[in-house]
Amino acid sequence: METQELARNKSFEVEQREWKLRQRKERGKQLLTIVSPLFLLVLWEVMSRTGILDIRFFPPPSKIVQTFYDMIVSGVMAKHVGVSLYRIFIGFLAGVIPGIIVGLLMGLYSPIRHFVQPIVMALMPIPTLALLPIIIILFGIGDLSKVVTIAGSVFFPVVINTAAGVLNIDKIYLDVASNYQTSRWNFFFKIALPGALPVMLEGIQMGQAIALLTIVAAEMMGATSGIGYLIWTSYKAFLLPEMYVGLILISFFGYLFSLILRALQNKLLPWR
Amino acid sequence: MEGKPKITVDGLMKAFYKKQGSVIALEDISLTVAEGEFVCLVGPSGCGKTTLLRILAGLEQPSVGSFTIATETNNRPLQSMVFQERGVIPWLTVRENVAFGLKMRNLPTAFINERTDFYLKKTGLERFASLYPKELSGGMKQRVSIARAFANDPEILLMDEPFGALDEQNRFILQEELLSIWAETKKTVLFITHSIDEALLLSDRILLMGAQPGKIIEEIVIDMPRPRKMEDVRKDPEMATKFIEIWRHLQEEVLKSRE
Repeated sequence: METQELARNKSFEVEQREWKLRQRKERGKQLLTIVSPLFLLVLWEVMSRTGILDIRFFPPPSKIVQTFYDMIVSGVMAKHVGVSLYRIFIGFLAGVIPGIIVGLLMGLYSPIRHFVQPIVMALMPIPTLALLPIIIILFGIGDLSKVVTIAGSVFFPVVINTAAGVLNIDKIYLDVASNYQTSRWNFFFKIALPGALPVMLEGIQMGQAIALLTIVAAEMMGATSGIGYLIWTSYKAFLLPEMYVGLILISFFGYLFSLILRALQNKLLPWR
Repeated sequence: MEGKPKITVDGLMKAFYKKQGSVIALEDISLTVAEGEFVCLVGPSGCGKTTLLRILAGLEQPSVGSFTIATETNNRPLQSMVFQERGVIPWLTVRENVAFGLKMRNLPTAFINERTDFYLKKTGLERFASLYPKELSGGMKQRVSIARAFANDPEILLMDEPFGALDEQNRFILQEELLSIWAETKKTVLFITHSIDEALLLSDRILLMGAQPGKIIEEIVIDMPRPRKMEDVRKDPEMATKFIEIWRHLQEEVLKSRE
């Protein structure tokens, strides 16, 4: 009897030990995830300080951080960031809103879909950036040309995903709506829009990423301010720390925007 | 069969047109269902029973023939359907799903709330009212579907294998719950199933269907007194005889369709 008890305690202990071991391994993996970017930065710092990396092309991270700080203090940063964010925001809306409307119309009415689809398919592969010279001629070198460029790039993924979202709504919900005599208005707001929303938001997420890519390129050509302008002029003047600051800003805002859109997604789709 | 006719189907034919030609899904279907009657349509898969129900639900048009659903007052919807498993709308909460039909008819809010509360309570869904369907079990989802149809207070109820995807225990529980709600409301019900047990428990009358093309081949009246319990149905020798009768018919049909 007692030996049995002892054996049980023993096996329980073994189990506990194994559990602790597993937990430690789990924590180890988390630590690795945090350490990896830090490791890269330290390696970079050491290599450019010891001259293994050419300091002219790869200034040490500490130098970049210093430049970053100086640019904040001098107000240069606020100016460029403000201008770019303004253009991204307006351009994004100017692409997303028509994208949603056209996409919904395409999804809901098949004659519209058959008419619009070939046009969308033909225009989509053309990079808006390739049209930049024409856009600058038409809309000038101010904010408007950048807004138009971004809107043009964001429009396509949103249109296609919205139309696909409507078309992919399970047919049984259409039957339910029709069986319960849903009016056109209610059908739109209770079935089509919420049903298409998940795929539509994926398209908007994609549009967000494209907007950032576009703004940098658009501001490199015919602009006098903005993050893209900062990167380009710093590069031309060989002010590489400043250029790296621009790259870090893009990376930061890309990450921030996807976090915001994820949060929005969770808020809008509690049923998923 | 006594009572006023509620559903009258007259010489209904339905053909589907496909690339290889047309297929006749239903041929010369005529039937009447009396007011307050519970009728089950039983038949092998592919016999067109769902097509018949969809025609009555206004989701398909018949190729030939017509049907009428008798109305007393004109402020009631003609019919509401309880769909197979996935009919609950995932982006509406349980409460919004149950209220769906009433909301679509733009009824006064107070009335909608009262009716919704009543059926939420009746189906034991009160506690789950603010949840989304993804958080519910299959049985709970079908309760939502049933509550939604009853809350809409239609002239007739159409049910398309509502319990087909449930496990046996849940199936028995929901069948008895359905019978108790039905007994209170005395709705006319046309119910599709491929389970003979289910048909025997629920029906006043069973219509057996044959396949290719779909037609009604036999009518069996179930006069066992209500309220019924599954145990009683299983114990009753007369019901056992009926079970075997239906079983033979269905087997014949299945064999015929294999030739």
